[in-house]
Amino acid sequence: MDYMTLLQLLDSTVRLATPLLLACLAGLYSERAGIFDIGLEGKMLAAAFFSAAFAYTTGSVWIGLLAGIAASLILSAVHGLASITFRGNQLISGVAINFLAAGMTVLVAQNWFKQGGRTPSLIGGARFEPITLPFAEALKDVPVLGPLYYELISGHSILVYIAFALVPLTWWVLFRTRFGLRLRAVGENPAAVDTAGVSVIGLRFAAVAICGVLCGIAGAYLATALQAGFVKDMTAGRGFIALAALIFAKWRPWHALGACLLFGLLQAIALRYQNIDLGGIVIPVQVMDALPYILTVVILAGFVGKAIPPRAGGEPYVKER
Amino acid sequence: MTAPAIQLKGISKAFGPVQANKDISISVMPGTIHGIIGENGAGKSTLMSILYGFYKADRGEIWIKGNKTQIPDSQAAIAAGIGMVFQHFKLVENFTVLENIILGAEDGRLLRPSLAKARKELAHLAKEYELNIDPDALIENLSVGHQQRVEILKALYRQADILILDEPTGVLTPAEADQLFRILDRLREEGKTIILITHKLREIMDITNTVSVMRRGEMTATVKTAETSPEHLAELMVGRKVLLRVDKKPATPGQTVLEVENLRVTDDKGVERLKGISLSLKAGEILGIAGVAGNGQSELLEVLGGFANGVGTIRMNGQELPLTGKGSNGQARRDAGIAHVPEDRQREGLIMEYSAWENSVFGYHHDPAFQKGMLMDNAGILDKAQEQMDRFDVRPPHPKLAAKNFSGGNQQKIVVAREIERNPDLLLIGQPTRGVDIGAIEFIHQQIVQLRDQGKAILLVSVELDEIMSLSDRIAVMFDGHIMGERVPSQTDEKELGLLMAGITQEPTAEDWQVVDQQFALQEEEHEGENNG
Repeated sequence: MDYMTLLQLLDSTVRLATPLLLACLAGLYSERAGIFDIGLEGKMLAAAFFSAAFAYTTGSVWIGLLAGIAASLILSAVHGLASITFRGNQLISGVAINFLAAGMTVLVAQNWFKQGGRTPSLIGGARFEPITLPFAEALKDVPVLGPLYYELISGHSILVYIAFALVPLTWWVLFRTRFGLRLRAVGENPAAVDTAGVSVIGLRFAAVAICGVLCGIAGAYLATALQAGFVKDMTAGRGFIALAALIFAKWRPWHALGACLLFGLLQAIALRYQNIDLGGIVIPVQVMDALPYILTVVILAGFVGKAIPPRAGGEPYVKER
Repeated sequence: MTAPAIQLKGISKAFGPVQANKDISISVMPGTIHGIIGENGAGKSTLMSILYGFYKADRGEIWIKGNKTQIPDSQAAIAAGIGMVFQHFKLVENFTVLENIILGAEDGRLLRPSLAKARKELAHLAKEYELNIDPDALIENLSVGHQQRVEILKALYRQADILILDEPTGVLTPAEADQLFRILDRLREEGKTIILITHKLREIMDITNTVSVMRRGEMTATVKTAETSPEHLAELMVGRKVLLRVDKKPATPGQTVLEVENLRVTDDKGVERLKGISLSLKAGEILGIAGVAGNGQSELLEVLGGFANGVGTIRMNGQELPLTGKGSNGQARRDAGIAHVPEDRQREGLIMEYSAWENSVFGYHHDPAFQKGMLMDNAGILDKAQEQMDRFDVRPPHPKLAAKNFSGGNQQKIVVAREIERNPDLLLIGQPTRGVDIGAIEFIHQQIVQLRDQGKAILLVSVELDEIMSLSDRIAVMFDGHIMGERVPSQTDEKELGLLMAGITQEPTAEDWQVVDQQFALQEEEHEGENNG
């Protein structure tokens, strides 16, 4: 493999890791606050559809982004209501959200656009365009570093840079701010937060809302940056892979970045090498497509070690007497 | 005249039909320790929850330092200068001491300045009250005693001058409890007001200035501690005269029932917990096993009761019992005449979700007496359970109630009744009165002595030295998987046993006493769900 191929592979890794990273950080906020969220997938899907639909209709990708975030936030509110206010089962609520999003997006898409459950292709201002970073063109010919900067670092949409910037920001919020301290505490022992005179419900809703916003960005990225429009089930399990990455990262932001890049790389490899010829035996494309998912299972089963989730995760808080 | 630090006037609180607090009034002067004593479920915790803003009283007023104060939530309680140390600590286990202390009392949006300030303040508090603690230690790595210290520091950091402690010694070793009392003493000297909620008479007598007694939601008396006696308080608590000491005749030991030789047990982690134990037990005698928790007593009970495998020899009535394989399970042990009241009744003695009558036959449910053809004779079991509950004075006497709805003492009575009813040759009984209130303690002790007088052998394991001293006919002290020695209660004292419990057999030196303290400080105990009431 030559240097340029490698760079292209890594470039593709970054693109594919971005939605995973956004969803993974979304899950991190929620789960650190003690609310398990397997509805990441559904929220991303709803956001993908609504961002594409609004971007197409208005011609503005930014309105599309806002619509995607709003759709995701509404589903977050449903999850919050079910699992925080009514102390319901968080897994069931998440599953319901996934089903709801899977069905509703296709239904509404068919009703609005009559194209078999998809949105028309997005063009021009209805899509996030790649940004060329300063001096990228000029430095292109500098050996080794030039192509690295031009191919890998420059030339992504704004959402990619936002996603990567969110990693240090999330770390800082969690470990250096009052909000982060309380957020982590409420996921570990809500009674400690409650007796300290801080609202458990308020904190958990805040976390779920942040989760909604990030899932919204992730969904919008899928439909308006990575691809040009919404197609049925376009999240393709990314919400679940993000959850896997979250466990792999043991609920830590920097590790989440690493885990998402790894899963992104797997997807990039599968995308690039569709048919591999191993001395006469051709590995079919389906195997390559399934590879990231298979490896997800293998990695989770074999290499995670002991992952201790937030101790109060999944448990509704009931004031004990 | 100074105003009382706290004054409650006519507090009432009902949960549905249950009147948890009925027209309660107390007044606590500043700079004193006031005890609130009562059995489990007497309403002590409810009253304190009202004071800390967890519940709103139906009626009544709260006055703090002479001002009428509303306490709608914890925030208001903290603002009024009230700090609470709960029985089950409200700490975030994987946070540091410092992080736990500032949680909810941060100075700004960023942590760094708050942490720095707390570090300084903590050093100051440590000096003032002798509350030393490593501010960067993780809570989960601290002993229970130190975790409690963090809770106290949390309250002090929030400028609390009224401190409420709910059953603070329930999870502490005797040495840790002593340390706590020294700290409380110090706090009192510095002018803090302390409310101590407990059901242990000795603590009340040791440290309080005044004491209020609660029974069934009512305040039955408030007295000066110096003018009362444990017997009097017990009577006020239970509503009748209570025998605080066990009344028993000298033992008349018969034939040897249990012989244990060179018994070794290795746990799941590969650590040897019993390192060659030998003992024998005769019919009609009680052998007490003393020791700081975690020195092999639990493993001894487990291997005898058929929960754990071991190596060595166990003979029951002369017959050797298998120590591994199918013949060594709990069922086989019961068939051999060994009944077992496990140390942790909520995990091993009962199924908390099941009703009392179902629990009353667990372990013996295969007995043909409980069968009707292929099915279980539920009606018969229910009748028997009812009769058992009446005889053992289980309250409430409703066999259909789930085990979790009974208080600790009544749960224990259900287990003890089940095991004694089977007329075993040997009764293994671990921590018989842990988390059990005083009326029930008396009853359970009587049952144990009665069983002995019927000529049964009893192996008693308890971390309560008092209990060991008053019940046993012989005492064996365990330390680090060995039996350090045997004593007769009338010819020994707590000091000597304490040394043996620390593994010291020769004449003690000053250093040894230090070791004793460390031993107590090192060990950790978990009494999950104790004193639920």
